[in-house]
Amino acid sequence: MENEGQEKESEIVTKVNLKEDFQASGVADILAELDNSLIGLTPVKTRIKETASLLLVDKAREKLGLVNESPTLHMSFSGNPGTGKTTVALKMANLLFRLGYVRKGHLVTVTRDDLVGQYIGHTAPKTKEVLKKAMGGVLFIDEAYYLYRPENERDYGQEAIEILLQVMENNRDDLVVILAGYKDKMDKFFESNPGFRSRIAHHIDFPDYSNNELLEIAEVMVASMNYKFNEESKKAMAEYIKIRKKQPHFANARSIRNAIDRARLRQANRVFNNSEGPIGASFLSQIEDVDIRQSRVFSGGIDK
Amino acid sequence: MRVTQGTFSFLPDFTDQQIHEQVQYCIDNGWAVSIEYTDDPHPRNTYWEMWGHPMFDNPDAAAVVYELNECRKVYGSYYIRIIAFDSSPGWESIRLSFIVNRPSEEPGFKLSRTEVKGRNIQYSITPYSNDKPQGSRYK
Repeated sequence: MENEGQEKESEIVTKVNLKEDFQASGVADILAELDNSLIGLTPVKTRIKETASLLLVDKAREKLGLVNESPTLHMSFSGNPGTGKTTVALKMANLLFRLGYVRKGHLVTVTRDDLVGQYIGHTAPKTKEVLKKAMGGVLFIDEAYYLYRPENERDYGQEAIEILLQVMENNRDDLVVILAGYKDKMDKFFESNPGFRSRIAHHIDFPDYSNNELLEIAEVMVASMNYKFNEESKKAMAEYIKIRKKQPHFANARSIRNAIDRARLRQANRVFNNSEGPIGASFLSQIEDVDIRQSRVFSGGIDK
Repeated sequence: MRVTQGTFSFLPDFTDQQIHEQVQYCIDNGWAVSIEYTDDPHPRNTYWEMWGHPMFDNPDAAAVVYELNECRKVYGSYYIRIIAFDSSPGWESIRLSFIVNRPSEEPGFKLSRTEVKGRNIQYSITPYSNDKPQGSRYK
Protein backbone atom coordinates (compact mmCIF):
# COMPACT_ATOMS: atom_id res chain seq x y z
CA MET A 1 0.00 0.00 0.00
CA GLU A 2 2.73 2.44 0.97
CA ASN A 3 4.61 1.78 -2.21
CA GLU A 4 1.59 2.62 -4.29
CA GLY A 5 1.32 6.04 -2.71
CA GLN A 6 4.97 6.72 -3.29
CA GLU A 7 4.77 5.82 -6.92
CA LYS A 8 1.94 8.21 -7.47
CA GLU A 9 3.81 11.06 -5.86
CA SER A 10 6.92 10.51 -7.89
CA GLU A 11 4.96 10.62 -11.13
CA ILE A 12 6.40 13.55 -13.05
CA VAL A 13 4.26 15.93 -15.05
CA THR A 14 5.65 16.19 -18.53
CA LYS A 15 2.83 17.92 -20.39
CA VAL A 16 0.39 20.67 -19.60
CA ASN A 17 -2.67 21.76 -21.49
CA LEU A 18 -2.88 25.54 -21.36
CA LYS A 19 -6.41 25.68 -22.74
CA GLU A 20 -7.60 23.25 -20.11
CA ASP A 21 -5.84 25.16 -17.36
CA PHE A 22 -7.39 28.34 -18.66
CA GLN A 23 -10.88 26.84 -18.54
CA ALA A 24 -10.37 25.21 -15.17
CA SER A 25 -9.06 28.34 -13.49
CA GLY A 26 -12.20 30.31 -14.34
CA VAL A 27 -10.04 33.17 -15.57
CA ALA A 28 -12.01 33.27 -18.79
CA ASP A 29 -15.13 34.28 -16.86
CA ILE A 30 -13.35 37.16 -15.21
CA LEU A 31 -11.80 38.39 -18.44
CA ALA A 32 -15.18 38.21 -20.15
CA GLU A 33 -16.75 40.04 -17.24
CA LEU A 34 -14.02 42.65 -17.47
CA ASP A 35 -14.79 43.09 -21.16
CA ASN A 36 -18.53 43.36 -20.67
CA SER A 37 -18.83 45.33 -17.48
CA LEU A 38 -16.17 47.91 -18.22
CA ILE A 39 -16.62 50.26 -21.12
CA GLY A 40 -13.55 51.59 -22.92
CA LEU A 41 -10.22 51.14 -21.11
CA THR A 42 -8.85 49.11 -24.00
CA PRO A 43 -5.18 49.50 -23.02
CA VAL A 44 -5.99 48.42 -19.47
CA LYS A 45 -7.86 45.34 -20.64
CA THR A 46 -5.03 44.38 -22.96
CA ARG A 47 -2.48 44.72 -20.18
CA ILE A 48 -4.58 42.62 -17.84
CA LYS A 49 -5.03 39.92 -20.45
CA GLU A 50 -1.29 39.90 -21.07
CA THR A 51 -0.63 39.66 -17.36
CA ALA A 52 -3.17 36.88 -17.00
CA SER A 53 -1.60 34.80 -19.75
CA LEU A 54 1.87 35.42 -18.35
CA LEU A 55 0.74 34.16 -14.96
CA LEU A 56 -1.01 31.20 -16.48
CA VAL A 57 2.08 30.23 -18.44
CA ASP A 58 4.21 30.72 -15.33
CA LYS A 59 1.96 28.33 -13.42
CA ALA A 60 2.27 25.79 -16.22
CA ARG A 61 6.05 26.17 -16.28
CA GLU A 62 6.11 25.67 -12.54
CA LYS A 63 4.22 22.40 -13.02
CA LEU A 64 6.94 21.22 -15.36
CA GLY A 65 9.60 22.34 -12.95
CA LEU A 66 10.87 25.19 -15.10
CA VAL A 67 10.55 28.06 -12.64
CA ASN A 68 10.72 28.05 -8.91
CA GLU A 69 10.77 31.74 -8.07
CA SER A 70 7.41 33.39 -7.66
CA PRO A 71 6.95 36.39 -9.93
CA THR A 72 6.59 39.91 -8.62
CA LEU A 73 2.95 40.87 -8.85
CA HIS A 74 2.89 44.29 -7.26
CA MET A 75 1.24 46.81 -9.56
CA SER A 76 0.70 50.48 -10.01
CA PHE A 77 -2.48 51.91 -11.51
CA SER A 78 -2.20 55.49 -12.63
CA GLY A 79 -4.99 57.58 -14.07
CA ASN A 80 -7.41 60.39 -13.37
CA PRO A 81 -10.17 60.00 -10.79
CA GLY A 82 -13.19 57.98 -11.84
CA THR A 83 -11.37 55.95 -14.49
CA GLY A 84 -12.14 52.64 -12.78
CA LYS A 85 -8.94 51.93 -10.87
CA THR A 86 -10.68 50.49 -7.81
CA THR A 87 -13.10 48.48 -9.92
CA VAL A 88 -10.24 46.95 -11.87
CA ALA A 89 -8.30 46.30 -8.65
CA LEU A 90 -11.24 44.32 -7.34
CA LYS A 91 -11.33 42.28 -10.54
CA MET A 92 -7.56 41.86 -10.36
CA ALA A 93 -7.82 40.42 -6.85
CA ASN A 94 -10.37 37.92 -8.11
CA LEU A 95 -8.20 37.11 -11.12
CA LEU A 96 -5.11 36.46 -9.02
CA PHE A 97 -7.17 34.29 -6.72
CA ARG A 98 -8.46 32.20 -9.63
CA LEU A 99 -4.93 31.82 -10.95
CA GLY A 100 -3.76 30.70 -7.54
CA TYR A 101 -1.38 33.57 -6.83
CA VAL A 102 -3.22 34.78 -3.73
CA ARG A 103 -4.90 32.45 -1.29
CA LYS A 104 -8.04 34.38 -0.36
CA GLY A 105 -8.55 37.01 -3.03
CA HIS A 106 -9.99 39.76 -0.87
CA LEU A 107 -9.26 43.42 -1.52
CA VAL A 108 -8.28 45.77 1.28
CA THR A 109 -8.54 49.41 0.23
CA VAL A 110 -6.56 51.94 2.23
CA THR A 111 -5.32 55.50 2.00
CA ARG A 112 -2.57 57.36 3.85
CA ASP A 113 -4.71 57.75 6.97
CA ASP A 114 -4.97 53.99 7.44
CA LEU A 115 -1.22 53.48 7.28
CA VAL A 116 0.39 56.50 8.87
CA GLY A 117 0.04 57.24 12.56
CA GLN A 118 -0.22 60.55 14.34
CA TYR A 119 2.64 60.27 16.78
CA ILE A 120 5.97 58.51 17.17
CA GLY A 121 5.59 54.75 17.42
CA HIS A 122 2.06 54.76 16.08
CA THR A 123 2.86 54.17 12.42
CA ALA A 124 4.58 50.78 12.52
CA PRO A 125 1.79 48.88 14.33
CA LYS A 126 -0.83 50.61 12.23
CA THR A 127 0.84 49.72 8.95
CA LYS A 128 1.53 46.18 10.07
CA GLU A 129 -2.10 45.76 11.13
CA VAL A 130 -3.25 46.75 7.65
CA LEU A 131 -0.66 44.52 5.98
CA LYS A 132 -1.73 41.55 8.06
CA LYS A 133 -5.34 42.15 7.18
CA ALA A 134 -4.42 42.18 3.49
CA MET A 135 -2.32 39.00 3.62
CA GLY A 136 -3.69 36.32 1.37
CA GLY A 137 -5.27 39.03 -0.75
CA VAL A 138 -4.60 42.35 -2.40
CA LEU A 139 -3.74 45.63 -0.68
CA PHE A 140 -4.95 48.61 -2.67
CA ILE A 141 -3.34 51.90 -1.66
CA ASP A 142 -5.28 54.77 -3.13
CA GLU A 143 -3.42 58.03 -3.74
CA ALA A 144 -0.21 56.34 -2.69
CA TYR A 145 1.93 59.45 -3.25
CA TYR A 146 0.51 61.07 -0.12
CA LEU A 147 2.56 58.54 1.84
CA TYR A 148 5.65 60.51 0.95
CA ARG A 149 5.77 64.13 2.03
CA PRO A 150 9.20 65.54 1.22
CA GLU A 151 8.31 69.00 2.57
CA ASN A 152 8.08 67.62 6.11
CA GLU A 153 11.17 65.65 7.05
CA ARG A 154 9.61 64.43 10.29
CA ASP A 155 6.61 63.01 8.52
CA TYR A 156 5.81 59.44 9.55
CA GLY A 157 4.93 58.43 5.99
CA GLN A 158 8.52 57.42 5.36
CA GLU A 159 8.25 54.85 8.14
CA ALA A 160 5.13 53.34 6.55
CA ILE A 161 6.94 53.20 3.20
CA GLU A 162 9.87 51.33 4.72
CA ILE A 163 7.63 48.72 6.34
CA LEU A 164 5.64 48.37 3.12
CA LEU A 165 8.78 47.81 1.07
CA GLN A 166 10.08 45.27 3.53
CA VAL A 167 6.88 43.24 3.54
CA MET A 168 6.46 43.58 -0.24
CA GLU A 169 9.89 42.00 -0.61
CA ASN A 170 9.86 39.38 2.16
CA ASN A 171 6.23 38.27 2.02
CA ARG A 172 5.84 38.24 -1.74
CA ASP A 173 3.84 35.02 -1.59
CA ASP A 174 1.46 36.42 0.98
CA LEU A 175 0.18 39.61 -0.52
CA VAL A 176 0.03 41.73 -3.64
CA VAL A 177 0.20 45.50 -3.36
CA ILE A 178 -1.48 47.79 -5.88
CA LEU A 179 -0.64 51.49 -5.73
CA ALA A 180 -3.01 53.91 -7.39
CA GLY A 181 -3.22 57.60 -8.09
CA TYR A 182 -2.90 60.43 -10.60
CA LYS A 183 -0.31 59.80 -13.25
CA ASP A 184 1.96 62.82 -12.77
CA LYS A 185 1.97 62.56 -8.99
CA MET A 186 2.66 58.83 -9.14
CA ASP A 187 5.60 59.43 -11.45
CA LYS A 188 7.03 61.94 -9.00
CA PHE A 189 6.43 59.51 -6.14
CA PHE A 190 8.33 56.74 -7.91
CA GLU A 191 11.16 59.13 -8.76
CA SER A 192 11.70 59.96 -5.12
CA ASN A 193 11.19 56.35 -3.99
CA PRO A 194 13.21 54.23 -6.41
CA GLY A 195 12.73 51.25 -4.10
CA PHE A 196 9.08 51.22 -5.02
CA ARG A 197 9.61 51.51 -8.74
CA SER A 198 11.90 48.48 -8.86
CA ARG A 199 9.57 46.35 -6.75
CA ILE A 200 6.59 46.97 -8.97
CA ALA A 201 6.45 44.85 -12.06
CA HIS A 202 3.32 46.13 -13.73
CA HIS A 203 2.60 49.78 -14.39
CA ILE A 204 -0.83 50.24 -15.91
CA ASP A 205 -2.15 53.58 -17.20
CA PHE A 206 -5.85 54.28 -17.12
CA PRO A 207 -6.85 56.66 -19.94
CA ASP A 208 -9.69 59.16 -19.66
CA TYR A 209 -13.00 58.17 -21.20
CA SER A 210 -14.18 59.69 -24.44
CA ASN A 211 -17.57 61.44 -24.59
CA ASN A 212 -19.18 58.45 -26.28
CA GLU A 213 -17.81 56.06 -23.70
CA LEU A 214 -19.12 58.25 -20.91
CA LEU A 215 -22.56 58.26 -22.51
CA GLU A 216 -22.42 54.49 -22.76
CA ILE A 217 -21.41 54.31 -19.09
CA ALA A 218 -24.35 56.56 -18.23
CA GLU A 219 -26.71 54.20 -20.01
CA VAL A 220 -25.30 51.16 -18.23
CA MET A 221 -25.59 52.92 -14.89
CA VAL A 222 -29.14 54.00 -15.55
CA ALA A 223 -30.09 50.49 -16.63
CA SER A 224 -28.49 48.96 -13.55
CA MET A 225 -30.67 51.21 -11.40
CA ASN A 226 -33.75 50.15 -13.36
CA TYR A 227 -34.30 53.51 -15.00
CA LYS A 228 -34.26 54.33 -18.66
CA PHE A 229 -33.44 57.19 -21.00
CA ASN A 230 -35.47 58.19 -24.04
CA GLU A 231 -34.08 59.84 -27.17
CA GLU A 232 -34.30 63.38 -25.79
CA SER A 233 -32.85 62.60 -22.41
CA LYS A 234 -30.02 60.71 -24.03
CA LYS A 235 -29.26 63.75 -26.13
CA ALA A 236 -29.41 65.92 -23.02
CA MET A 237 -27.01 63.59 -21.27
CA ALA A 238 -24.57 63.77 -24.19
CA GLU A 239 -24.67 67.56 -24.03
CA TYR A 240 -24.26 67.47 -20.27
CA ILE A 241 -21.13 65.34 -20.62
CA LYS A 242 -19.67 67.68 -23.20
CA ILE A 243 -20.08 70.74 -20.96
CA ARG A 244 -19.24 69.04 -17.68
CA LYS A 245 -16.00 67.64 -19.07
CA LYS A 246 -14.61 71.13 -19.60
CA GLN A 247 -15.38 72.17 -16.04
CA PRO A 248 -12.97 71.71 -13.14
CA HIS A 249 -13.14 68.68 -10.82
CA PHE A 250 -14.37 66.41 -13.54
CA ALA A 251 -14.04 62.83 -12.29
CA ASN A 252 -15.00 60.74 -15.31
CA ALA A 253 -17.44 57.95 -14.42
CA ARG A 254 -17.88 59.23 -10.88
CA SER A 255 -19.17 62.58 -12.16
CA ILE A 256 -21.58 60.72 -14.39
CA ARG A 257 -22.83 58.69 -11.45
CA ASN A 258 -23.40 61.87 -9.44
CA ALA A 259 -25.19 63.50 -12.35
CA ILE A 260 -27.49 60.51 -12.64
CA ASP A 261 -28.18 60.53 -8.92
CA ARG A 262 -29.23 64.15 -9.14
CA ALA A 263 -31.33 63.47 -12.22
CA ARG A 264 -33.12 60.73 -10.26
CA LEU A 265 -33.82 63.23 -7.52
CA ARG A 266 -35.36 65.68 -9.97
CA GLN A 267 -37.26 62.89 -11.67
CA ALA A 268 -38.74 61.79 -8.34
CA ASN A 269 -39.78 65.36 -7.63
CA ARG A 270 -41.35 65.75 -11.05
CA VAL A 271 -43.19 62.46 -10.84
CA PHE A 272 -44.47 63.28 -7.38
CA ASN A 273 -45.68 66.76 -8.32
CA ASN A 274 -47.32 65.77 -11.59
CA SER A 275 -48.87 62.47 -10.68
CA GLU A 276 -52.58 62.20 -10.25
CA GLY A 277 -54.11 58.81 -9.83
CA PRO A 278 -52.31 55.48 -10.35
CA ILE A 279 -49.08 55.41 -12.38
CA GLY A 280 -47.18 52.54 -13.96
CA ALA A 281 -43.63 51.25 -13.71
CA SER A 282 -42.60 52.79 -17.02
CA PHE A 283 -43.58 56.24 -15.79
CA LEU A 284 -41.62 55.73 -12.58
CA SER A 285 -38.47 54.61 -14.37
CA GLN A 286 -38.45 57.15 -17.22
CA ILE A 287 -35.81 59.86 -17.03
CA GLU A 288 -36.95 62.80 -19.18
CA ASP A 289 -34.63 65.37 -20.67
CA VAL A 290 -35.95 68.05 -18.28
CA ASP A 291 -34.58 66.01 -15.39
CA ILE A 292 -31.11 66.44 -16.86
CA ARG A 293 -31.44 69.87 -18.35
CA GLN A 294 -32.36 71.40 -15.00
CA SER A 295 -28.77 70.83 -13.93
CA ARG A 296 -26.70 73.87 -13.04
CA VAL A 297 -24.14 72.80 -15.60
CA PHE A 298 -26.39 73.99 -18.42
CA SER A 299 -26.65 77.48 -16.93
CA GLY A 300 -22.90 77.84 -16.50
CA GLY A 301 -22.72 76.57 -12.93
CA ILE A 302 -20.82 73.61 -11.60
CA ASP A 303 -22.13 70.33 -10.40
CA LYS A 304 -19.92 69.09 -7.65
CA MET B 1 12.83 17.08 29.07
CA ARG B 2 10.61 18.11 26.23
CA VAL B 3 7.61 20.03 27.59
CA THR B 4 4.36 19.08 25.91
CA GLN B 5 0.95 20.57 26.32
CA GLY B 6 -2.07 21.49 24.24
CA THR B 7 -3.76 20.03 21.24
CA PHE B 8 -0.89 18.40 19.38
CA SER B 9 1.23 17.52 22.40
CA PHE B 10 1.84 14.01 21.09
CA LEU B 11 3.24 15.18 17.75
CA PRO B 12 6.69 16.46 16.90
CA ASP B 13 7.06 20.23 16.55
CA PHE B 14 5.33 21.76 13.53
CA THR B 15 7.04 23.44 10.63
CA ASP B 16 5.88 26.93 9.68
CA GLN B 17 3.88 25.46 6.83
CA GLN B 18 2.07 23.11 9.20
CA ILE B 19 1.46 25.95 11.63
CA HIS B 20 0.05 27.97 8.75
CA GLU B 21 -2.40 25.22 7.89
CA GLN B 22 -3.56 24.68 11.46
CA VAL B 23 -4.06 28.42 11.95
CA GLN B 24 -5.95 28.65 8.67
CA TYR B 25 -8.29 25.95 9.96
CA CYS B 26 -8.92 28.04 13.08
CA ILE B 27 -9.54 31.20 11.07
CA ASP B 28 -11.91 29.42 8.72
CA ASN B 29 -13.89 28.34 11.77
CA GLY B 30 -14.19 31.95 12.85
CA TRP B 31 -11.92 31.68 15.86
CA ALA B 32 -9.66 34.53 16.95
CA VAL B 33 -6.04 33.43 16.93
CA SER B 34 -3.44 34.90 19.24
CA ILE B 35 0.18 34.35 20.15
CA GLU B 36 1.42 34.00 23.74
CA TYR B 37 4.84 33.47 25.27
CA THR B 38 6.31 32.60 28.64
CA ASP B 39 9.50 31.41 30.30
CA ASP B 40 7.67 29.52 33.03
CA PRO B 41 6.79 26.07 31.71
CA HIS B 42 4.92 24.93 34.83
CA PRO B 43 1.76 23.16 33.65
CA ARG B 44 -0.38 25.20 36.03
CA ASN B 45 0.89 28.44 34.53
CA THR B 46 -2.15 29.00 32.32
CA TYR B 47 -1.90 32.73 31.71
CA TRP B 48 0.99 33.46 29.40
CA GLU B 49 2.04 36.89 28.18
CA MET B 50 0.26 38.06 25.06
CA TRP B 51 2.16 39.02 21.93
CA GLY B 52 0.10 41.86 20.50
CA HIS B 53 -3.64 41.65 20.24
CA PRO B 54 -5.69 38.61 19.28
CA MET B 55 -5.97 38.72 15.50
CA PHE B 56 -9.67 39.04 14.87
CA ASP B 57 -9.90 40.26 11.32
CA ASN B 58 -7.14 38.61 9.34
CA PRO B 59 -8.63 36.24 6.79
CA ASP B 60 -5.32 34.58 6.04
CA ALA B 61 -2.97 32.66 8.33
CA ALA B 62 0.10 34.30 6.82
CA ALA B 63 -0.51 37.22 9.19
CA VAL B 64 -0.21 34.93 12.21
CA VAL B 65 2.93 33.25 10.92
CA TYR B 66 4.37 36.71 10.25
CA GLU B 67 3.65 37.79 13.84
CA LEU B 68 5.00 34.50 15.16
CA ASN B 69 8.30 35.15 13.42
CA GLU B 70 8.34 38.67 14.85
CA CYS B 71 7.77 37.16 18.30
CA ARG B 72 10.54 34.62 17.74
CA LYS B 73 12.94 37.45 16.97
CA VAL B 74 12.35 38.87 20.45
CA TYR B 75 11.52 35.77 22.51
CA GLY B 76 13.24 33.08 20.48
CA SER B 77 14.41 31.28 23.62
CA TYR B 78 10.99 31.23 25.28
CA TYR B 79 7.98 28.99 24.98
CA ILE B 80 5.58 30.41 22.42
CA ARG B 81 2.14 29.01 21.78
CA ILE B 82 -0.73 29.76 19.49
CA ILE B 83 -4.23 29.71 20.89
CA ALA B 84 -7.54 29.89 19.08
CA PHE B 85 -10.40 31.49 20.92
CA ASP B 86 -14.00 30.80 20.05
CA SER B 87 -16.41 33.50 21.18
CA SER B 88 -19.57 31.96 19.74
CA PRO B 89 -20.75 30.05 22.87
CA GLY B 90 -20.71 33.29 24.85
CA TRP B 91 -18.13 32.21 27.41
CA GLU B 92 -14.37 31.96 27.32
CA SER B 93 -13.51 28.96 25.29
CA ILE B 94 -10.10 28.04 23.97
CA ARG B 95 -10.71 25.67 21.11
CA LEU B 96 -7.14 24.83 20.34
CA SER B 97 -3.71 25.63 21.70
CA PHE B 98 -0.29 24.38 20.69
CA ILE B 99 3.36 25.14 21.35
CA VAL B 100 5.19 26.57 18.35
CA ASN B 101 8.52 27.52 19.88
CA ARG B 102 10.57 26.16 22.76
CA PRO B 103 13.97 26.82 24.36
CA SER B 104 16.85 24.86 22.93
CA GLU B 105 17.51 23.32 26.30
CA GLU B 106 14.71 22.28 28.63
CA PRO B 107 16.04 21.20 32.01
CA GLY B 108 12.79 19.62 33.11
CA PHE B 109 11.01 19.47 36.46
CA LYS B 110 11.98 18.74 40.00
CA LEU B 111 9.63 16.44 41.84
CA SER B 112 9.44 16.93 45.60
CA ARG B 113 7.59 14.76 48.07
CA THR B 114 6.36 16.11 51.37
CA GLU B 115 5.17 13.79 54.10
CA VAL B 116 2.06 15.23 55.76
CA LYS B 117 -0.36 14.10 58.42
CA GLY B 118 -1.03 10.37 58.52
CA ARG B 119 2.08 9.61 56.46
CA ASN B 120 0.32 10.86 53.35
CA ILE B 121 2.52 12.20 50.63
CA GLN B 122 2.03 15.48 48.79
CA TYR B 123 3.79 15.81 45.48
CA SER B 124 4.79 19.02 43.82
CA ILE B 125 6.77 19.81 40.72
CA THR B 126 8.94 22.82 40.02
CA PRO B 127 10.73 23.59 36.77
CA TYR B 128 14.47 23.65 37.39
CA SER B 129 14.69 26.74 35.25
CA ASN B 130 12.46 28.65 37.68
CA ASP B 131 15.35 28.94 40.13
CA LYS B 132 16.46 31.91 38.12
CA PRO B 133 14.43 35.11 37.99
CA GLN B 134 11.98 35.75 35.19
CA GLY B 135 13.64 36.91 32.01
CA SER B 136 16.95 35.14 32.61
CA ARG B 137 15.80 31.53 32.61
CA TYR B 138 16.57 30.56 29.05
CA LYS B 139 19.35 31.78 26.85
